[in-house]
Amino acid sequence: MVRGAPLIEIANVTKTYRMGEVEVEALRGVSIDVTSGEFVAVMGPSGSGKSTLLNIVGCFDRPTAGSYRLAGEDVSGLRVDALAETRNRTLGFVFQSFNLLARTTALENVELPLVYAGVHPRLRRERATAALERVGLGERLHHHPSQLSGGQQQRVAIARALVNQPRLVLADEPTGNLDSHASDEMMTLLTALAADGITIVMVTHEPDLAARAERVIVVRDGLIQEDRVGERVGPSQGPREGRPGEGRGHAAGAS
Amino acid sequence: MRPGDVVRVALRALLRNKLRSLLTALGIIIGVAAVIAMVAIGEGARARVEQAFSAMGTNVLIVSSGAKTSGGAKAGAGSLPTLTWDDLRAIRADVADVRFVAPRVHATAQIVAEDRNWSTSVTGTTPEFFEIRNWPARLGAVLSHEDVDGGAKNVVLGQSVATALFGASADPIGQTVRIANVPFQVVGVAVGKGQSAGGNDYDDVVYVPVTTFLAKIQGSLQKFIPGTILVEVTSDDVTVAVGDRISALLRDRHGIGVGGDDDFSIKNLTETASRKQESSEALTLLLASIAAVSLLVGGIGIMNIMLVSVSERTREIGVRMAVGAKPRHVRLQFLAEALALALAGGIIGVLVGVVTASRLAARFDWPMLIRPEIIAIAVGFSAAVGIGFGLYPAHKASRLDPIQALRYE
Repeated sequence: MVRGAPLIEIANVTKTYRMGEVEVEALRGVSIDVTSGEFVAVMGPSGSGKSTLLNIVGCFDRPTAGSYRLAGEDVSGLRVDALAETRNRTLGFVFQSFNLLARTTALENVELPLVYAGVHPRLRRERATAALERVGLGERLHHHPSQLSGGQQQRVAIARALVNQPRLVLADEPTGNLDSHASDEMMTLLTALAADGITIVMVTHEPDLAARAERVIVVRDGLIQEDRVGERVGPSQGPREGRPGEGRGHAAGAS
Repeated sequence: MRPGDVVRVALRALLRNKLRSLLTALGIIIGVAAVIAMVAIGEGARARVEQAFSAMGTNVLIVSSGAKTSGGAKAGAGSLPTLTWDDLRAIRADVADVRFVAPRVHATAQIVAEDRNWSTSVTGTTPEFFEIRNWPARLGAVLSHEDVDGGAKNVVLGQSVATALFGASADPIGQTVRIANVPFQVVGVAVGKGQSAGGNDYDDVVYVPVTTFLAKIQGSLQKFIPGTILVEVTSDDVTVAVGDRISALLRDRHGIGVGGDDDFSIKNLTETASRKQESSEALTLLLASIAAVSLLVGGIGIMNIMLVSVSERTREIGVRMAVGAKPRHVRLQFLAEALALALAGGIIGVLVGVVTASRLAARFDWPMLIRPEIIAIAVGFSAAVGIGFGLYPAHKASRLDPIQALRYE
């Protein structure tokens, strides 16, 4: 993986929703670049356009105008099927409410992205097992979500996000349903992933969690209000020119 | 997505709600089972009727004197003899695809053997008659050409007559019986044919040479046949064509011009058979409409439960889409579920139907016939119902927006 190459290149993206007669401008011209291996926190009050931005970055939605290049590929005009393929190949998702399939083992939950990638069942099992071991759940492969704690469930979700070896993991308030101890574990895990070169974009409401990221982007009224490098990252290592390898070391140390 | 995964995911979703799946499939199960059972019994009855017809011979034409048309006040067929012995010989000699020709004249007479007597139908005919009717002798022999040529006073008894006069187990060959006070020697007893669909006893009859019949039992004008001519054709497919040829020959021989009415009639047993066939086709049509209605109801049940399933599993669909399921994968998954439900219903229905039919058949001593194509059609239609009624729910699932699906509570 090429370190420091731009992974996300968003330029002048706008998104307008039509609600009956009224047009709502959710994004009014947003430009962000994120390099590989960065850990970015996105903050903003509800209604700020933060979710819309995440949907576009996550290839769930297309911008009304502007361009979005993901890993060098222009994805702003892709159709539904191609977007699904991009999500499958390049992205991993972690949700606030875990979104694991009920009455399905951890292993099978983690295998899910590989099912849609058409991976052979045997290889699928190997890779899912490896992903669960990586998040420390090697002993709970055959547990159902109902038999796991919230923290463990969210770790299964992370294993699912990682199993297709994505370039980018999007985490939408991943600690929102966790107690402080599990939250802390989650942040450590995400930081470690960033250290391995996986770009993390995390939406959060909590400033102290955001503070543990390398970079914080604040969205308000459909615009980027603030885009600052985290406190613990040196000022010379800005997000664009910065060497994530170094910043990572700091972030990992801080957790 | 691999085909195996589609099947696995569908089956697992159905097994997760076993009772619900079973109840949903029940509509199809009952419909298919009812149709399979009814068709099995209906086909059995039909096969029995067909067997009865083929016992009479479906490749047989009956030529009678008199007009065939029923309009006006015409006399019934055979009331005035118009067929001649020369006509019979001409049919035998000049019409292609004719295998056997036999005259049949009959009267009702009292038949006496020692102390017992019996009133029965006495038929005068030739040896070809037994070929046409495919009717061998059980004891002794049927009539021979010598009997006919010599006007022999020999008689072949039907099984019922033999039983009435001599008892079921006796061998009456060589015994003498008196028919209309004329002594005849018993030369054979025909194989028992049983009863016709109309309840007539085929075996309550005796056969004598036609020459003897005309000389001793019921006299007639030399030239005419006071009865009918039976014609067996070489195969079922030419029955109608041979009928037309005989008609043309007789019109020519009787000097009937264009537009003139026939003074004879030709009946075709296959016509009667096909009329019976038509009535059983009406029955089949009725069964098919019952099947269609029950499959429709079953299909609506499947559609209903699939729609419930789609809305229950909205979040699951959202998750699947988020991790890379394309709309067609989601569509395929729900279609596979609907198909599996309907197919399982169809297969269980066939099994239940077969078991029910054989139980009923055994209980009431009905014939039963299960043709493999009926089973294939039943299962095929169930599958079609599954796909047909699964399409809309599957389409609905595939059109979900993953973001909204993930937020769905």
